[in-house]
Amino acid sequence: METQNDVVIRVNDVTIRFNMASEKIDNLKEYVIKFLKKELLFQEFLAVKHASFEIRRGEAWALVGSNGSGKSTLLKAICGILKPYQGNVEIHGKISPLLELGAGFDMNLTARENIYLNGTILGHSMAFMREHFDEIVEFAEIEEFLDSPVKNFSSGMRARLGFAVATIVKPDILVVDEILAVGDYAFQQKCMARMNEMLSGGTTLLFVSHSIDQVRRLCDHAVWINKGKIMQIGEVNQVCDAYMASQKAQKK
Amino acid sequence: MKLFIARLKGFFQYRDLMGQLVSRDLKLKYRRSVLGYLWSILNPLFIMIIMAIVFSQMFKRDNIPNYPVYLMSGQVLFNFMNQSTHQSLGAIVGSAALIKKTYLPKYVFVVSKITSGLIDCIFSFGALLIVMLFTHGHFSWYLLLFPLVVLQLYVFNIGLGMFLSAYNVFFRDIQYIYNAITTAWLYLTPMFYPVEALPEQLRWIVVHLNPMYAYVTQLRCLTLYGVWPDAHMVLYGCVDACIMLIIGVWVFAKKQDRFILYI
Repeated sequence: METQNDVVIRVNDVTIRFNMASEKIDNLKEYVIKFLKKELLFQEFLAVKHASFEIRRGEAWALVGSNGSGKSTLLKAICGILKPYQGNVEIHGKISPLLELGAGFDMNLTARENIYLNGTILGHSMAFMREHFDEIVEFAEIEEFLDSPVKNFSSGMRARLGFAVATIVKPDILVVDEILAVGDYAFQQKCMARMNEMLSGGTTLLFVSHSIDQVRRLCDHAVWINKGKIMQIGEVNQVCDAYMASQKAQKK
Repeated sequence: MKLFIARLKGFFQYRDLMGQLVSRDLKLKYRRSVLGYLWSILNPLFIMIIMAIVFSQMFKRDNIPNYPVYLMSGQVLFNFMNQSTHQSLGAIVGSAALIKKTYLPKYVFVVSKITSGLIDCIFSFGALLIVMLFTHGHFSWYLLLFPLVVLQLYVFNIGLGMFLSAYNVFFRDIQYIYNAITTAWLYLTPMFYPVEALPEQLRWIVVHLNPMYAYVTQLRCLTLYGVWPDAHMVLYGCVDACIMLIIGVWVFAKKQDRFILYI
């Protein structure tokens, strides 16, 4: 019973299919012509194939794999953005996706307005955001630029602001997709510290990064995906070693 | 039933987001203009004055008392429908970046566009009141029933907006087709002319099957004649709004899981 309750993410035999039509059909005329000619080809592409694993509370998992291997697609399925073609994902707890920092920013609004907009996108109430406003500004270090439009911000500043808003609550599950790459060293350290703090507070972490160093430092388990297939699941160092070995072998 | 309650709870949770999206639309609209929000009233007012001058010269009609108010009562509602549904048509495609990166109930984008339109509509009503003041219009307590008329149209627009935005994801042609449809719709709604000007058969169709006629007629009862809205028109208006909402929600719910593959 206890172990059952401890599982926060259960991925059951998930397959994700994309329709890789050679050209995107998005207008009626083309659709009718193709339909009549019976050319409505569905060239399917399986981005993730039969993935299954379980993540328990408080664990930190990394997804590693080369570009285009299906890591982000799998994350999207876990966050509920994509519906799997087969299989299902069970989530127990509040999930906070960080797939792209500041995805909800409107470039024409000021930083102040964007903090509220982005906070409500993440499902917080206005009252909650007003309460934590100063905390966010302090973490992002943007006091001087609060009232200038975000379009004038550098990508690093945007990332800082996005991270500050997104991590204002301690979620049950934090999903982080390759977002720290743009920040400078000091900011990366700050983010790592905050993630570590959350981990020790019982948050479950799902982390994607190409920096194997960061993965080894932050995570205790890892999944290695290659071309949509899960190659190995297990303890972080073992999986990373196997992954690095295959990467080096490929180079030669 | 359980699902329905869960949905309602979800809607309640995202009400602040709705507010933020609406206030973003309003803020960006008049940012950097000197008069700012004053334009929300001035803009429709100027357009109404010009239209009233043009049309009352072109169509001299003795059987319509206070032609400017007649014309503008129609304009206020038709513009609300026209602008807000055109806006929501692109709401899903336009929010692609957000939909791809975070989990949100997607109808939020449609409803927020319609709500921005509703606020513009209320400002236009303010402009209409100014016109009534200058044309010695018929001020009565019935004007306070304005929210009831607009509420029907609001529900109707949400349904229509959901329907259009869902299909626009798959067929981008919809936006151009819809342009033509709304132009035809404008002329099939007795806005510049009295409904009696239409030929017999067409008139029956317009009165019974054009939802905009029901809404416009209700508003004219309030602004022009100062009487209760015609009961038939209220009935048609409410039924049309509900039917449109059901169709819109049904289509949207059926299609929404596939949005992400096409935006």
